[in-house]
Amino acid sequence: MRLLRTLMAAATALAVTAFAAPSFAADDPGPAAYAKALNGKRVMLVPLAMGFDLAQGWAHYLKKEVEAWGGTFETRDPNWVVDAGAQAITDAIASDTRPDVLIIHAPDLNSYSKLMKKAQAAGTYVILVDNPANFPADAFVGSDWDKLGQLEAEAAIKGCGENSSKKIGLVQGDQANSSSLYQYAGIMKVLEKHPDFQVVAKPDSNWDATTSRNVTTTMLQQHPDICSIIDFWDGDATGASAAIRDAKLDGKVFLVTTGGGEKAADCDKLNDGTYGAVVMTDLARQSGDMNAIIKFLLQSGQPAGTSHTYIYTLEKATTKADLKPDSCWDLKALQAEAAAK
Amino acid sequence: MNAIGWPNWRRLNQEGIVFAIAILLFAAAALSLPGFLTADNLVAIVRSVSVLGILALGMAVVIIGRGIDLSAVAIMAMSVAWYLQLLNTGTSDGLAFAYVLAGVLAIGLLNGFLVAYADVPAIFVTLASGSFVFGYVRSQLITQDAVPVPQGHWVELLGGVRFLDIPVEVFVFAGLAFLVFLFLRYTKWGRFIYFAGDNPVAARNIGIPVRPMLVLRYALSAVVALIAGLLTAASLHSINTRVVNSTLLYDIVLVAVIGGIGLSGGRGGVRNVLVGAALIGILLNAMTIIDIPLLYQNLIKAAILLGAIIVDGIINPRDEQTAQQGDI
Repeated sequence: MRLLRTLMAAATALAVTAFAAPSFAADDPGPAAYAKALNGKRVMLVPLAMGFDLAQGWAHYLKKEVEAWGGTFETRDPNWVVDAGAQAITDAIASDTRPDVLIIHAPDLNSYSKLMKKAQAAGTYVILVDNPANFPADAFVGSDWDKLGQLEAEAAIKGCGENSSKKIGLVQGDQANSSSLYQYAGIMKVLEKHPDFQVVAKPDSNWDATTSRNVTTTMLQQHPDICSIIDFWDGDATGASAAIRDAKLDGKVFLVTTGGGEKAADCDKLNDGTYGAVVMTDLARQSGDMNAIIKFLLQSGQPAGTSHTYIYTLEKATTKADLKPDSCWDLKALQAEAAAK
Repeated sequence: MNAIGWPNWRRLNQEGIVFAIAILLFAAAALSLPGFLTADNLVAIVRSVSVLGILALGMAVVIIGRGIDLSAVAIMAMSVAWYLQLLNTGTSDGLAFAYVLAGVLAIGLLNGFLVAYADVPAIFVTLASGSFVFGYVRSQLITQDAVPVPQGHWVELLGGVRFLDIPVEVFVFAGLAFLVFLFLRYTKWGRFIYFAGDNPVAARNIGIPVRPMLVLRYALSAVVALIAGLLTAASLHSINTRVVNSTLLYDIVLVAVIGGIGLSGGRGGVRNVLVGAALIGILLNAMTIIDIPLLYQNLIKAAILLGAIIVDGIINPRDEQTAQQGDI
């Protein structure tokens, strides 16, 4: 009898459990915890400037996601001026609406280090994007510039071919920005393994297209048999390409550069033969990485400055041959989408 | 200065010193650097300073009249960026150009009006108007730092124009230099600029229309800036407004001033601009051939300029007669 009662009770319990299962699913603690941790949180992006493709792309993807989980997304535009960026960060930390996550695009290795430390001390998570800095941020999301340089050098060597002059020219950015310094280091690593290839000149463009054109013109006059030029940024590689065009060496000099994978800046120019290869950043994925780490940090409960994560974006040298319709993202389309709202 | 217009070597002034340094550098580079003394490289040198030189011509006219135009680079970049943006969004070419020309003239006239009639120092007026032009155009009229030239547009074709394998900028620079030379030397208003620059009060007392002429100079400088911008876009097939943040503005003043155009006004001419541009062009080209890093390039450039000014100070010491009020 007692056994029967126990069995019946067990059966009832089982039945209740079985019928109650759907309501257990509705009680998934995830969404509530997610909403509690994220709702109303502030995210601020301070890029080098808001006027160029990378920053506009990041802002687009971040805003979409942050606003979807009920946060506030803001940007500041230092317009390439380091001081203005420092001011924006200082103001943000001191304001009543201090951001919970600060995404910083550092202009060089050191300028913002103290400010970032201050931000962390005030409880703001700091994420460095694109340009590394001498600072243990909560996360770095961006290119491994050394690896990127290696990819550029490999593309240049391939573009030159075995039967070429094996002379390569570099148009560096400057001698302060980490992206320029590490890119150079990466290129040299690969060229060490190919001792028959030599770098014949390595002027700086200071990221300016006119300067890039002038130094490339001189380089091509001194070494008309250069088979490849690596310009460190698609923002000024238009200058190097103008010099190649002016010297009537189109198709003879394989121009390699790197950029944010924007359609007009990169894919269109690969297509018309201006660039031979571009090491492109997958911007949507990079922004996705940022979104993921923001969500992680805000839910982690750990104080700012506790952990240091590096999330390097997958890079690939793209040439005209492996250009696909979705190789690039289209800034005009994003702007039209934003305007339509 | 003697009748032919060459520097008088017995009394070396700053122009003479800079010219001598330029010749020395040229000789040294020609002897030691392979590939320096080739026709192509000489053309490249002139071309590399053409846009800088054109801007310096506009600046020279303003400085000789005892003024300064710090809005030149902003006008250059932003007017062309706006023009290209209008074209890219479907405005007809004629209309777009008319808008931009009107805008450029308006800023030039505003600069001139504020300096001439409101008596605000030129350095503040043009600093502010330059920032205004940049800020307004960048935030309201264009969406990107870099604006491309539409495919097949005349600006793109202009960049490919060559005569005897010499790029079009060189001819524009030479042509403008000649025009400004004629204007300053042989027209009444050109001569008046020297009087007005040397002593505005006296110039006004003898009946020279000092104020309308001042307005004219700033308008002229603005139009010259537009030409320089169009040439930049023609060569690069795009214009990047980031150039407003670069040292270009200082380089323009530098070219004018190291050539010997005194910031106190009333002195100098086109030849000074050419000498200044030649020195900068030769210097930058030689350093690029030697492959000197940018940081050292700036250091060397600064050292040579400082040297020229010091030598000038020793040879031509300042005294009550040579120093002018308002000299900076």
